[in-house]
Amino acid sequence: MELVCPAGNYQSLIKAVDNGADAVYIGLKNETNARHFAGLNFSEKQISKGIDYAHSRHCKVYCAINTYPRDSHWTCWTDSVDQAMGLGIDTLIVADIGVMDYIRNQSAEFPIHLSVQASATNLQALKFYHANFGIRRAVLPRVLSLKQVAKLAQSAPVEIEVFGFGSLCIMAEGRCFLSSYMTGESPNTQGVCSPAAYVDWQDKGEVLESRLNGLLIDRFHQGENAGYPTLCKGRFDVDGKIEHALEEPTSLNTLDILPQLQQAGVKAIKIEGRQRSPSYVATVTSVWRKAMNAAINHGQSIAPEDVKKINCLAEGKQTTIGAYERSWQ
Amino acid sequence: MKISLAAVPYFWSKETYIEFYEAVAKSKVDIVYLGETICSKRRTMNHQAWLGIAELLTKTGKQVVLSTLTLLEAESELSYLTKIASQSRYYIEANDIAAVNVASEHNNPFVAGGAINIYNVQSLSRLNQLGMSRWVVPVELGRDDLPVMTQFAKDHSIEVEYQVFGRMPLAYSARCFTARHHQLSKDQCQFKCLDDEQGFEIKTQEGKTFLQVNGIQTQSAKVCQLIDHILSLTDAGIDIFRIVPVSAVSTLEVIDQLCAISHECEQQKFDHSRLTDSYQYCNGYWFQVEGMIYLG
Repeated sequence: MELVCPAGNYQSLIKAVDNGADAVYIGLKNETNARHFAGLNFSEKQISKGIDYAHSRHCKVYCAINTYPRDSHWTCWTDSVDQAMGLGIDTLIVADIGVMDYIRNQSAEFPIHLSVQASATNLQALKFYHANFGIRRAVLPRVLSLKQVAKLAQSAPVEIEVFGFGSLCIMAEGRCFLSSYMTGESPNTQGVCSPAAYVDWQDKGEVLESRLNGLLIDRFHQGENAGYPTLCKGRFDVDGKIEHALEEPTSLNTLDILPQLQQAGVKAIKIEGRQRSPSYVATVTSVWRKAMNAAINHGQSIAPEDVKKINCLAEGKQTTIGAYERSWQ
Repeated sequence: MKISLAAVPYFWSKETYIEFYEAVAKSKVDIVYLGETICSKRRTMNHQAWLGIAELLTKTGKQVVLSTLTLLEAESELSYLTKIASQSRYYIEANDIAAVNVASEHNNPFVAGGAINIYNVQSLSRLNQLGMSRWVVPVELGRDDLPVMTQFAKDHSIEVEYQVFGRMPLAYSARCFTARHHQLSKDQCQFKCLDDEQGFEIKTQEGKTFLQVNGIQTQSAKVCQLIDHILSLTDAGIDIFRIVPVSAVSTLEVIDQLCAISHECEQQKFDHSRLTDSYQYCNGYWFQVEGMIYLG
C-alpha cells in the first residue's frame, strides 16, 4: 500500500519525502491543476530539484494535470504535459479525455493515473478509461461506501487509490459547478473552489460575516471558529431554519478504517492538502506512515496522541469518515 | 432548430408523470428525454412504465431518448444502466462515462449528457469516434467557448444542445440532502422527495435565493432563461434548445411559449408573467460570467 502525499511547494515536498511518503504529488504554476492558488506549485527548476531529491530517497513524484481545458486554452495543458514528461515526472494524474488522448499520442506507455476529478465511481467507468487510455490507477471520488470501494478494488482492471485525510469535498469531484455558479471560477476549468479573491469578511460588531461574491455564506458569533467560506459548508436558511444545509466545516480522516482499506486491496492512500503548510505535510505524513506500517504489521495500532495531532490540523477541528460510512450519506 | 425536454429531475408520482407526458405528447416539442437521472431509489415508474410513455411519445412523432443515472455507485445501478445503454430501440443519453462504455461496446449511438465533461475539441472528437452523435453542453460553457467546438460538431454531424430554461444542474453527492434536511438516513429516506414537486430551496441567512435541493443533486435555485437569446445561440451553432422541467404546469407553458417563438418565428419575447409559477432567473454562464447572474 502506497502513501501519496501533497506538496504545494518545494519545502513541503522535502517534508513529505523525509517523513515517509512513497510518492508526492505536485502541480505546475498554472490553471492545469486543481489547486491553482497564488504562491503555490512548482516552477520547472523546482520540479527538477524536487524529482532529484525524491528519487534519491526512493520516493516517486506525480504531477496533477487534472483540470479540464477549454478549447481556447488547450495549448496550456499540452505544453504542461510536455513539460512534466520532459522533466522526468513518474506519473501524470489526469481527468480530461482530450488530455489523456494527447498523452497517448505522445507515448503509448507513459503512466497515467485517473484523477478524482474524472468522477469514475463504478466498474464500467474504470473499464472505459482502462480500455481507451491504459490508465494504471484511478483515484476514487469521495462518494463510495467502504463496501463499494472494496468491491471495486477487487474487480477493477486498475489499481485503486482513495483519499485518507484532508479537506472533504462533499460533492462528486469533477461534477460540481457551485463555485462557478457563484463566482465564475470553478474547480473543473480554473482549479479553484470558492476563490479567495471573492471572499469578503465583514465585522459587524456582534457577528463576523463571511461572504463569497457578495452572498452571505455564514455568520459567526464571538467564540465560534470562523472557517474559510467554502460555499458548501456555510449555514443557510431552509424553511426558516438556519443550518449547515449541505455539510459542516469538517475534514476526512479514515485512520480508523485503514486496516479494512488495506484488506480490500486498495493500492494507495492519498492525503489531501497541497494548499497547506510544510508543517501540515510533515505531521500528517509522519502519522500516516506510522499508521500504514502498523496496518502492514497486522494488529498494531496507532497511538492516540498521534491521532490527536492530525485531528488538530483538520478543517473546523473535526473529522469524519465521510461517505465510507453509510450513515454519513 | 429543435426543442428538447430533459428528463424530469424531480421525483413525482406515477400518475403525475403519466399526466405530464400525455400533455407533452400533445405539445410541439421535438425531443423528449425519459427516465430517472438522479436517484435509483425513485421507483414510482419502472422500466416498463417508462417504455409505455416512450411508445406514446414516439407515436406522436417525438424523438424519445432514454436517459441514464448520473452518479452510479451500486452494482444494481450498473445493471439497470446496462439494460438501457445496450438496447437499440431508443436513442440513449449517457450521463456517466459508464453509459458511454456500455453504449459504445454495443455500437449504439449516444447523446453525451451535460454531466459528461467535454470542454474541448479533442474530447469531443474522441467521444465522437466512440459513437457520440449529440452533445449536451456542460452548464459552465458559454458563447465564447463554443464556436470552434460547434464547427467541429457540424463537420462531424454531431448535434449540439444547450439548456435554455430550467434550474441548472450544479452538483451531485453521495449524501442525500433531502433526507438530511428531514433528519433521516439515506437508506430510510421515506421518499421525502415526493413531497416537493420541484425540490426545496436553500436561501442565504439574508433571504437571498441560493440553491435548490433535489435529493443527491444540488441545482441553482434560479431558473436559467435564455429563450430571449435563441437567435444568438443559433448563431453560435446550437441546434437544440433544452428545457429542464420545473413544475409540471409551468414546464408545459414554457414548451408552448418556446415552440411559438422558435417554430413560428414570432418576434416575441419570453413572457414569464404567463407562467403559473413565478421564478427568479439567471443566465450568466452563456455570457461567460458567474452562472447566478441574469443579464436580461
